[in-house]
Amino acid sequence: MATPPVKVYGPALSTAVSRVLVCLLEKDVPFQLVPVSMAKLEHKKPDYIKMQPFGQVPAFQDEDITLFESRAICRYIAEKYPNKGTAGLFGTNPLVKASIDQWLEAESQSFNPPSSVLTFQLVFASRMKLKQDEALIKQNEAKLVKVLDVYENRLESSRYLAGDEFTFADLSHLPNTQYLVDKTDRAELFTSRKNVSRWWSEISTRTAWKKVVEMQNA
Amino acid sequence: MAIKLFGAVGSTATLRVKACLAEKGLEYEFVNVDMSKQEHKSPEFLSRNPFGQVPAFEDGDLKLFESRAITQYLAHTYTDKGTDLIIKDPKQMAILAVWIEVESQKFEPASSKLAWELAYKPMFGMTTDEAVVEENEKKLEQVLDVYESRLSESKYLGGESFTLTDLHHLPNIKYLMGTQTKKVFDARPHVSAWAADILSRPAWVKATTT
Repeated sequence: MATPPVKVYGPALSTAVSRVLVCLLEKDVPFQLVPVSMAKLEHKKPDYIKMQPFGQVPAFQDEDITLFESRAICRYIAEKYPNKGTAGLFGTNPLVKASIDQWLEAESQSFNPPSSVLTFQLVFASRMKLKQDEALIKQNEAKLVKVLDVYENRLESSRYLAGDEFTFADLSHLPNTQYLVDKTDRAELFTSRKNVSRWWSEISTRTAWKKVVEMQNA
Repeated sequence: MAIKLFGAVGSTATLRVKACLAEKGLEYEFVNVDMSKQEHKSPEFLSRNPFGQVPAFEDGDLKLFESRAITQYLAHTYTDKGTDLIIKDPKQMAILAVWIEVESQKFEPASSKLAWELAYKPMFGMTTDEAVVEENEKKLEQVLDVYESRLSESKYLGGESFTLTDLHHLPNIKYLMGTQTKKVFDARPHVSAWAADILSRPAWVKATTT
């Protein structure tokens, strides 16, 4: 079998890389995962910087196009392969599309910042032999609680964030939430909220995401 | 009027949408949300934006929040009106989408914290946190170094024409240009020229003066 033209650069453990991986798996798009040793600072080397000028993972290539920023990469994948795998990740009509974009922006602007800080502090800091910042943890937990209260309310009347179907707005939450629920003692932030818990259960048990978690634990 | 924008004067997110409406030449009704009276936390407003933030938006039956979702809706819906803020070619659109995320993920966090410390806090009689300023100016410098390189190869961030990604930067740049952080833009010739160019667009002038 020929090498797939789609290449994702970066470790599966990276939340941003895993966002792209789950999208590719949902869309049934074959890909090659190219390892990037961050311990060896491979992501800061000139050849890598050419693909990703901020020196972060992931970077992405498909034939002659090179992209970065996980959410932009996912948009490209959904746009290029509309009829493969899970349909409608970004919506098939303008009104649904707008609702997905709205909740995706909520993820980007409100959920991602505090959940990223917490994931780093509670999961990665000790792995990297760094001291945890208790004040930062407290501050960001308080922010995340407010966001999850909004989600709890939303998910009372909506099966998924943007509506009745699973979309990219939900998918984008998988990476950080997986770490917080699975690898920290803060799972109850999610599991104590009835609707958030139900939603998390549904989205995290999707085949594509389970496969990504397997890749992370390999 | 079909299009309604619920926002606050001086809100960068509200300005982002106003800029987009002006570029598209769209008529709309502006509904002022008086944040000093906590109107953004009223049950009525929370039904429009459950995060209790401005702006909120309506176009007929469609209700939206999050400024960048609103601008994307406007750019993709009103393709025959005003400035073309997206690109039709799929590959070029994919590149544009990258730089839309860059603004959102890299430029916004550092620039909004700086705008809060240096522009807004003084307005409210609050004390600027110099440590936060120092930390975020460093972060902004790293981001703008990448922009300097990008803009030496591309006239605008998303490509050869002014698009949504450039527009999204306008509100925070406007506030930062009135603070000590202006020097960070001035020190980078391509960034400086690009900022001056987009700040002088008639639609932006309209959005900030009406």
